[in-house]
Formats: sequence, C-alpha cells, structure tokens
Amino acid sequence: MEDAIVLSYAISGEDFTRAGEASSDVKKKLKQMGVSPEAVRKVAIAMYEGEINMVIHANGGEITVTITPEEICMVLDDVGPGIPDVDLAMQAGYSTAPDEIRSLGFGAGMGLPNMKKYTDSMEIDTRIGEGTKITMVVKI
Amino acid sequence: MTVKELMDRNLAEVVSAGEDPDREITKVFCCDLLSIAMGRAPAGCAWVTVMANMNTLAVASLADAACIILAEGARLDENAAEKAKTQGIAVLASEQPVFDLALAIYELLKKEKQEKEGMV
Ligand SMILES: Nc1ncnc2c1ncn2[C@@H]1O[C@H](COP(=O)(O)OP(=O)(O)O)[C@@H](O)[C@H]1O
Ligand SMILES: [Mg+2]
Repeated sequence: MEDAIVLSYAISGEDFTRAGEASSDVKKKLKQMGVSPEAVRKVAIAMYEGEINMVIHANGGEITVTITPEEICMVLDDVGPGIPDVDLAMQAGYSTAPDEIRSLGFGAGMGLPNMKKYTDSMEIDTRIGEGTKITMVVKI
Repeated sequence: MTVKELMDRNLAEVVSAGEDPDREITKVFCCDLLSIAMGRAPAGCAWVTVMANMNTLAVASLADAACIILAEGARLDENAAEKAKTQGIAVLASEQPVFDLALAIYELLKKEKQEKEGMV
C-alpha cells in the first residue's frame, strides 16, 4: 500500500525489565504522527500485553506494525510453545505465568482479554511446539 | 489539579517530575496487579500502587496515567528511578498507605471541582 508505514521490532526473551520498549516506541511514533490519543492508547495497551506475553511465555519474537491512514495493524510472531487451548487462554484470570512473574505484578490472566477489548479485531494462529502469531487491528 | 499542583502539596516526595507538569489529573486509581491496571487505569489518572519496578513505569506510560504515587514506602531502584526521569514519567513516593493517599488526592480533586462549580 502506498501510504503505509511499517515498523519492525525484535523482542528479546531474556530481559523482562526491557519488555515494553517496542510498545513505547510505537506509542511515541503514533503520537508524533498525530494519531488520536484514544487510538494511541488502544494500540499501546494491546501491543504491550502481546509484547509481555512474548517475553514471559514464548522467549521473545518479532513484532511488525503497519500504519495506514485507516488503521494500525500489529502482527506478533513468536516461535514459542504455542497455546494448547485458545478459548481457555482467552478467559479472564487464566494464567500459566510462574511465581516470579506474579511477584512482579503480572500473571493476572488479563493480557489476552485486554488485547481483545482494546482492538477492533484480533486473530490468533497458534501451533503447539511451533509458535503463535497474533494479528490485531485498531481502526483510526 | 495538575501533576505539578499535586507535587506542590507535599503529600508525597517527588521522585521524578515528569515531562508534563501541567497535565490535568482526571481520577484516582488504585491497583497493584499490572495487567489489571493496564486494562482499567483511566487516562490521566493518579495511580496509587505499592508495585515499584520497571514494568510499573511501562504500564503507567502506555496506559497514559498522569502520575504514579508509590505507597507504603515502596521505592524504585536506582535504574528504574533513572528511567522514570529520562522517560519523563511523573513519580511520587510516600510512607502512607494506599487508601490514605488515594483519599487525600480524591479530596483535593473534589474540593477543586466544588470550588469551580461555586464560581459559575
Ligand atoms: N505468545 C504466547 N505463547 C504461548 N502461550 C501464551 C502466549 N500468550 C499467552 N499465552 C498463554 O495464555 C495464557 C493467558 O495469557 P494472558 O491473558 O496474557 O495472561 P498472563 O500473561 O497474565 O498469564 C498465558 O498464561 C499463557 O499460558
Ligand atoms: Mg499476559
């Protein structure tokens, strides 16, 4: 597409304290582009939850954000363990996060529900042992 | 009430002044679970929490909170405090319990609202 801007990020699975840097960068860029604060907030929240999940549950991965005048599309691609039961994972409160992650304030099982809530569409493509690809769209 | 005005009240110690001292505080929000805060913290809120780490800063910034108020003596470590400053995130800290801090801010917001309504 002609007017599309594409941003790509490699997400490290090692450093939990750095999780969120990609989302922060996208937030900053969208703000600079003059995207409405509501849309920026939706993208920031949804992408951050996805980014954190890649770090906690999938040992990192790649995020590609495509921005057009109509919408912001986020693709989060990892080669982690996959999600065995997507319906269960989507339930508020369901979490397999380990205790040390919980002690940092995560693992409330609200990430996937938040991602759904703050986007106009969300698609999960996951294969056990191969990885997970989540595509989310926020309309501008 | 702006972030700067809250800081001037000496309710809590200023850890990081933030990039936007004139930001209006819309509401008070209390929660320590970051994923819940992420989904529920209203934009422009004063977020009172005992969770003091790098991820708290990320959540505050991404959920667009006006400022963080660390309660019960919770403190950012040196790295995190530095990050709050470089990223322009407003952070205050106090020994007071979560409820007391939240109530104090709520009362300030309420008083301001009443004064404004009294003027018109
Ligand atoms: N990218 C992913 N790869 C593998 N499993 C995932 C991924 N994202 C989420 N999950 C699984 O779905 C569950 C629910 O995710 P979420 O709602 O974000 O809650 P939380 O991250 O707090 O556990 C996780 O505990 C995990 O088991
Ligand atoms: Mg999660």
